[in-house]
Amino acid sequence: MLYREAGQYKTSYQADQAVFPLLQDRVGLLVILFVAYVVIPLTGNDFLINAVMTPFLIFSLAAIGLNLLTGYTGLLSLGSGAFMGVGAYACYKLTTYFPDVNIIIWIVASGFVAALVGAIFGLPSLRIKGFYLAIATLAAQFFLEWSFTRVAWLYNHNVSGAIEVPQRTLFGVPITGPNATAETRYLIVLTIVVGMTWVASNIVHGRIGRMWMAVRDMDIAAELMGIRLLPTKLLAFAVSSFYCGVAGAMMVFLWYGGAESTVFSINQSFTILFMIIIGGLGSLLGAYLGAALIFVLPIVLRFVPPKLGIPVHAATVEHITFMIVGALIIFFLIVEPHGLARLWQIGKQKLRVWPFPY
Amino acid sequence: MNVRHLVFGVACGAMLGVTPLATTAVAQDSIYVPLLTYRTGPFANSGIPIANGMHDYLAMLNERDGGIGGVKLNIEECETGYDTKKGVECYESIKGKNPTVINPYSTGITLQLIPKAAVDKIPILSMAYGLSASAIGEKFPWIFNPPATYWDGLSMIFRYIGGKEGGLDRLRGKTVGFIFLESGYGREPIPLLEQFAKDYGFNVKLYSVAGKEMQDQSAQWLAVRRDRPAWMIMWGWGAMNPTAVKRAAETNYPMDKFIGIWWSGSEDDARPAGPGGKGYLTLNLHGVGANYPAIHDIVKHVVGKGKSQVDKSKVGENLYNRGVYNSVLSAEAIRNAQKITGKKVVNGADVRRGLETLNISEARWKELGLPEFAAPITAVSCADHNGHHAAYMQQWDGTKWVKVSDWIVPMKDKVRPLLEAAATDYVTKNTGWPKRSEACDKQS
Repeated sequence: MLYREAGQYKTSYQADQAVFPLLQDRVGLLVILFVAYVVIPLTGNDFLINAVMTPFLIFSLAAIGLNLLTGYTGLLSLGSGAFMGVGAYACYKLTTYFPDVNIIIWIVASGFVAALVGAIFGLPSLRIKGFYLAIATLAAQFFLEWSFTRVAWLYNHNVSGAIEVPQRTLFGVPITGPNATAETRYLIVLTIVVGMTWVASNIVHGRIGRMWMAVRDMDIAAELMGIRLLPTKLLAFAVSSFYCGVAGAMMVFLWYGGAESTVFSINQSFTILFMIIIGGLGSLLGAYLGAALIFVLPIVLRFVPPKLGIPVHAATVEHITFMIVGALIIFFLIVEPHGLARLWQIGKQKLRVWPFPY
Repeated sequence: MNVRHLVFGVACGAMLGVTPLATTAVAQDSIYVPLLTYRTGPFANSGIPIANGMHDYLAMLNERDGGIGGVKLNIEECETGYDTKKGVECYESIKGKNPTVINPYSTGITLQLIPKAAVDKIPILSMAYGLSASAIGEKFPWIFNPPATYWDGLSMIFRYIGGKEGGLDRLRGKTVGFIFLESGYGREPIPLLEQFAKDYGFNVKLYSVAGKEMQDQSAQWLAVRRDRPAWMIMWGWGAMNPTAVKRAAETNYPMDKFIGIWWSGSEDDARPAGPGGKGYLTLNLHGVGANYPAIHDIVKHVVGKGKSQVDKSKVGENLYNRGVYNSVLSAEAIRNAQKITGKKVVNGADVRRGLETLNISEARWKELGLPEFAAPITAVSCADHNGHHAAYMQQWDGTKWVKVSDWIVPMKDKVRPLLEAAATDYVTKNTGWPKRSEACDKQS
């Protein structure tokens, strides 16, 4: 009823090609941004901001990164956890050597280191495809994880083998380290994630995105049309690793405040892969929905029953959470194999023609 | 960016944001003691007995004495799965509820929480684990790791080795193997080990075991067979321990030369190796067995009434008693805090003072119903948050642990300078580390 395009006339090609052609979508987006930027920092408590929203945004960014590679270019990767680690360790080294440069610059810059490493490990992608490529990226995962524990230089020879985040400030306000408030860190993460999502949206709607999708749909046809496969695939690896790297740097610097190498294990890679499978391959929205389902839902399941006064043992909650999340994943995959993003799209289409069925 | 996830997020947020208001009102007249435990995941075999021990002692105080100083304890477990991420989530969820003391029970989680403790004014009790350097109270006013650090542990192991070899100088030219879990925990003792190697002239061989090969370890033990170290020292946890003991037995490594730290000394670590595990040694900080009045009380008031998750036959096992020990330290610190402040319901800042004046004499151990359970805790002070207390060596006889040494005191003269250096190093690397502003109380 409200969600209808009737009366919205497009008078230019630009308006017709907009990412959000409908006024309602644009309003919706503004409402979300308003909630994210104003309502949540003002009303949310530390737990919501620190343990739910910040990690949710960070995982969404990592999922976007993997989605660019797997969803848009069709290259399966199991190394995203390690690429996140590259970003985190790069940021740590950069800020140790150049402590006076603002940490936000280093967080974004560490993405370039991750991009370089990603492009190197993407080299085999020209020759090997599908599951075989997944194995090649698995090698990247194990090799990088091994480096994080064995190359003591990466963690400044700390006795504990962990990286610890020093305090850094922006305009005199601490933004990393224990003295930074949850709200500040959340707002920085939010700004980086929103900005990078906007860039990603422009990439996938433009020439590069079309090249990636052409390669995904049929690489021989794409090659015959004049798309050079190696640069295209390497670019996908580089951009994807850039996103993962920034997500990893944010994870350590703006969320954990320190990390061991185990944080970037193969499980992390799988988690992010599950997020994009559940959320929807080849959709930016899907990355957010997947991160919400895989990351936020277990937290809600773990912390809501005790808060409502239902007495359950902590371990029982954990077991039940495993079962419920597992069942939900299977349920969503049966109902909509193309992921939550597709479900959302169907819903939108239904709303548009409502009350008629089609 | 799109709508659904945030609607969802906000909905969750609203739920989480509103409900604590309802619960905190109730919690005013009790002392909140959160327990970060792990009954799931790859380390559950070590985590379950500890969780039971910690919970049951505090629950027993509630049942038998009505809490501490007449105030009920509000005991709440939060499942971490030994996973740092979940541990930090747990911390975030409990820090608003006025926790008195946090027991992270994982070195990884402790490392994450150390910087937060001073900001949130919540003391952390990482009993004989965590960051060894946090023993320096001057630099880490909110972190406590009594009764001994990992480095004390290593020095006690070397005292024992020295006793068997007839002097540590006899180690010259020999090889000492060190097998450890590849993590912050396993890596902690390496600097001191290398220091000892330099001082006494022996060679060190490091065998690291990554989390995913915990249950395999064939490569490591193959290397051990090749290197033939005179002594093997282990820093293991979870599924790594029983596997290592089993592999050592298969390799025909002399078990009485294989020594584990106190975290590698569960009955379930030695038992699976069968008769081959006989002779395996570990350090221990406290007595084993259920033959203590306090533990009888636990059985009577908690386990007997079905208020515990423990299997009755497992009460008094090594790690169960470790959990009890941990809770004794928490409870004594709370009691101390009540004494110092005169308040009934104490908060985190009070318990920090209670921990700094922690003192459990031999007579006090007896009063607690745990006579000769552990070395008296007498050396914790504002400057020394650890105390470097003694431990003893125990040996597996095939069915149970047997005490085979007297109380061994750590080499404080070797450990303390290294701790000071490590603490200074930590503080300089973390720019903006706050200076200690907390006043020091007199020993009670």
